[in-house]
Parts: sequence; structure tokens; C-alpha cells
Amino acid sequence: MKRNQILTIGSIVLLFLFIGYANGHLNAYYIRILNNTAIFLMFAASYNLINGVTGQFSLEPNGFAAIGAYTAAILTLTPAQKEAMFIITPMVPWLQHIHMSFFPALIVAGIVTAMVGFILGFPVFRVRGDYLAIVTLGFGLTIRVVSNNTMSITNGPLGLKGIANYTNLWWSWGFAIAAMIVIMRLINSEFGRAMKAIRDDEDAAIAMGINTFKIKMIAFVTSAFFEGIAGGLLAHLITTISPTLFTFFLTFNLLIIIVIGGLGSMTGTAIATVLVVWGSEWLRIVEQPMHIFSLTIPGIPGMRMVIFSILLIIIMIFAREGIMGQKEFSWDSLFKLFKTKKVANK
Amino acid sequence: MLKVRDLHVYYGVIHAVKGITFDVPEGKIVTLIGANGAGKSSTLKAVAGLVKPKGHIQFLGHEMVGRSAHKIARRGAALVPEGRHVFVNLTILENLRMGGFNKKRSELEPLYEKAFEMFPILKERANQKAGTLSGGEQQMLALARALMSEPSLLMLDEPSLGLAPKIVSEVFDIVKMLNSKGMTVLLVEQNAAQALKIAHYAYVLENGTITLEGNAKELLNNEDVRKSYLGEM
Repeated sequence: MKRNQILTIGSIVLLFLFIGYANGHLNAYYIRILNNTAIFLMFAASYNLINGVTGQFSLEPNGFAAIGAYTAAILTLTPAQKEAMFIITPMVPWLQHIHMSFFPALIVAGIVTAMVGFILGFPVFRVRGDYLAIVTLGFGLTIRVVSNNTMSITNGPLGLKGIANYTNLWWSWGFAIAAMIVIMRLINSEFGRAMKAIRDDEDAAIAMGINTFKIKMIAFVTSAFFEGIAGGLLAHLITTISPTLFTFFLTFNLLIIIVIGGLGSMTGTAIATVLVVWGSEWLRIVEQPMHIFSLTIPGIPGMRMVIFSILLIIIMIFAREGIMGQKEFSWDSLFKLFKTKKVANK
Repeated sequence: MLKVRDLHVYYGVIHAVKGITFDVPEGKIVTLIGANGAGKSSTLKAVAGLVKPKGHIQFLGHEMVGRSAHKIARRGAALVPEGRHVFVNLTILENLRMGGFNKKRSELEPLYEKAFEMFPILKERANQKAGTLSGGEQQMLALARALMSEPSLLMLDEPSLGLAPKIVSEVFDIVKMLNSKGMTVLLVEQNAAQALKIAHYAYVLENGTITLEGNAKELLNNEDVRKSYLGEM
């Protein structure tokens, strides 16, 4: 028990040492990818909590990401910036004058998103299965339409520009690791076991006296909180947000990550996030014009997604459970692996 | 202990249970028998709160209709669902832990001991996933899990479903033993012969209404029951 804790803390320290090194030595492109990895890890881990661990197939993260991103951005933009930006319809006065520094803005973004998640949970968890997926998909679409049309709050399709570039590796990885720790602790608690019980058999869980609505709500609100913060981090990384950024495509990407990693496995999610985020950068080569012998292929934008879709199909055929299935990586299993190898060598 | 008055269950336009009235007195085994689709499981689900019925269900003197299922379970009515429904991806120990979800941590240890004493097979496999158990073992686990909440009323939905005859009689022996220690049991069964042998009182359900009731021993000798449910010519 002790040994494992030391190893976990040790590897987190190692990760931050690497981030310290990366901050000074790597070029902007790599730093951007590392930031993306952290933000997507946060998105995917929170999404996996509701989809994988609790087994409630839902499609709302793009909606939560939008709420988090807009809330954080509106809070950190200065009143002067906002006045200059809202050229068609002026902003609601009290929103225009509000101004916060980065950290409180992120926390407020998380809380606002969690509150929306809480309110959404009441109608959403009246239905199960396919219906839940459709209702949450509808929510994601609604948020996009709303952000397009509430000109005096979101500046509509013009979007928000000039958001300060606050997100650096410390912020993104700090929040990502914190989110992972909170979610892992939640999974290993009494509530986490109840979430897994609901995934396995909701009716039996009810018959055991488990308030399944409450448990689902805990998963959903936690998920919304971290997705809101991740949205805020994303806004301060790319510095420009508009409704088109938060389409179903974002949810789809997260879905690919959690399915590849294994529904219900957080360590699997971490591995898959690295694979998908880094993989999609690496796969940019297939979108470039290519010369194979005398054959010239012009660059095909979107070719990466074709490859990802093929990858997803292959995984669905050969490894239906994803990389980790429902299992988690543990130090014990790693040591066991080495031990059996040693025995085999003898 | 349990008083059901004029209970109706609807699924959309289908009227599954048409105003039945029955009692489960404390310390007795009462069984509802009947063919497929007679409304036995619907009745049990209504008592457990899994479907919303019309009528009156009094449990320990409190009205249960309109209460949510987890609150009914907390009052002390434990349901062993039809087809076992164990949590296949949780270990046996975790399954038991879920059964005692509303118990304090300190109360659990003696309950585990009790469960393992009654079902030694579960102790051997405590850290195995429930999905790896055989059908009979899963039924034992479902029973042990229901007992973790220390219920005052145990409701069993077709415990013999899909089990080998030897396992079926083991399950019924355990139910009988529990009853001899004071457990009140509401048993829903298609296997009328087995159910009537251990029960004190029985109701025969047909198309959502009670057509016959009486002491289990009398029903066992009743001509109609023998013809319809015990397979005699």
C-alpha cells in the first residue's frame, strides 16, 4: 500500500519535472500539443465517469465545454475589450463590468457548468439507454444554437476574441492531474461502487436500496464541473472562441478516446488521450500532398478522420473492450508482470 | 406485516394486475403461484416500488404506494429479482457491500460473516467477479446480497428459474431455514409443487386476479391446482 503511494506520487513529481523542462526547452508546437493532451485528458476522464463507469451513454460534453469556455472567457476579458468586441448588440451591462483573474474564473466556470448539469440531470435521468443519448445530444445542439443567438451575452456567431493566453503547461497539467485524482478517488469510494452497480444492473441496484438518481447525479455533476474547467482552459489556450468550436465533433472525439481506452478505465483513458492527440498530429502527414513514385496525390483535408474511423472499426472488431477494458493500471500488476518474466527467464 | 389491498398494475394499456388483495403475516412464507403472465412478478415489482401501481400497499403499517423503490428497500423489504441480476463486473464482496449499501461500515463485518457462514462457496470466491459464478452460485449470491440489508420481508421472484433441480431444492432449503429463524417471506414461483411444500399460505393468480387462496397444504391437495399447476392428469 505504502509502496504504491510513493510510486504514484513519484511519477506525478516526475511528470511535473518534465513539464518544467518542457516549458523552457521545447518549441511552441510541442508545448501546444502537451497542453491539448492535458485538456483532452480532463474532458475524456470526466466523460468516462458518466459514460463508462456509471454506464449512462450520453452525448453532452460539447455543451458543457461551451458553457465552461464562454463563462471563463467572459470573466477574464476586460470591460474595455468587451465593449470593443460587442459591435452588433451591446453586452448585458453587469456581465460587461464583471472581471476576474484566471484561477477564480476557471472555478466559476466549473461551478456554473456543474449547476447547469444539475438542472439538466432532472429531466435527463428520467430516461435511460438510447433515449438518454438522444436527450443529451439535443442538449449539446441546444447550447450551440443558444450561444449563436444570445448576442448580448456570447456575441453570437462573431465569437469572443483576444482572450488572454493564460493557459500554460502548469495550469493545464495541474488541473488535469487534480481532476484525475478526484475522479479516481470517487470511483474507489462507496459512490463509485454504486456507479458500477448501476452500470451492471440498474434495477437490481434500485432493489438494493440505492438511490440511483442521486448516484447518477453525482457522476453527472462531477463530470460537468471538470468539463467546464477544461472548456475554460481550452478558451484561454486558443484565445478565440465561437459557437462552431463546440459542435458534436468535439463529443465524437472524446467518445473515440474513451472507447479506445476502455469504457470505465481512467488509466486507459489517459493512454488513449495520448495516442489520439499525438496520433492526430502525427497523422497530419497523410493530409499533405504525397508523391509515391510517379503518382501525385493532392492533400486531402479530413483524411485523418478517415483513418481514425477505420481504427475505431478495427478496435470494435478485435478489442471490443478497448486498451484497458474496465481494468485500471496498478503498480501491483506491473510488478507481477516483471516477476513472471523473471521466472520465465530462469 | 404486508397488507395489499385492491392492487392494480398497468403497463400502458395493458392491465397486468387487476385489483388483487392479499396479506403476508409476520413470520410466514406466503407464495403467489400461477402461469406465465399471470401478474406474479408485476405484483412483486409493485410491492418493491419498481413499477408504480394503483391501490394500497401497507408495509409495517406504512403506505408504500407512491414511494420510490430505494425508500421501500430502506424500510426493510428486500427483493431478489427474477433471473438473479447480480452485478457481474463487481466482485462477490462488492456485491454484498452493495446489498448493505445503507448500512454503516462498522455494521458490515458481522453481516459478511453471516453471509459466508450460510453460503461457504461465496467465501472461497470473495474476490472473484460475480459474472464468473455459475447460475446456482449467482442465485445464492443474489440471496446473500438481499440479506445484507437485514430485511424484515424477503421477496423472492422465481428463485428456481433456470436452475438444476438439486440447486432448486438447496435454494428452497435455505428459504425454509431463514423462515425458521423468523424471516417473513413472499415467494413468487412457477414451480408450484416446490413452493407449496415450504409455504404456509398460498394465492393462485390467473390473468391478474386471484382465483384461489388457502393453506398451502390444502392447495397441494386441491384437485384444480393439481390439474393446472402440478402437472397431474
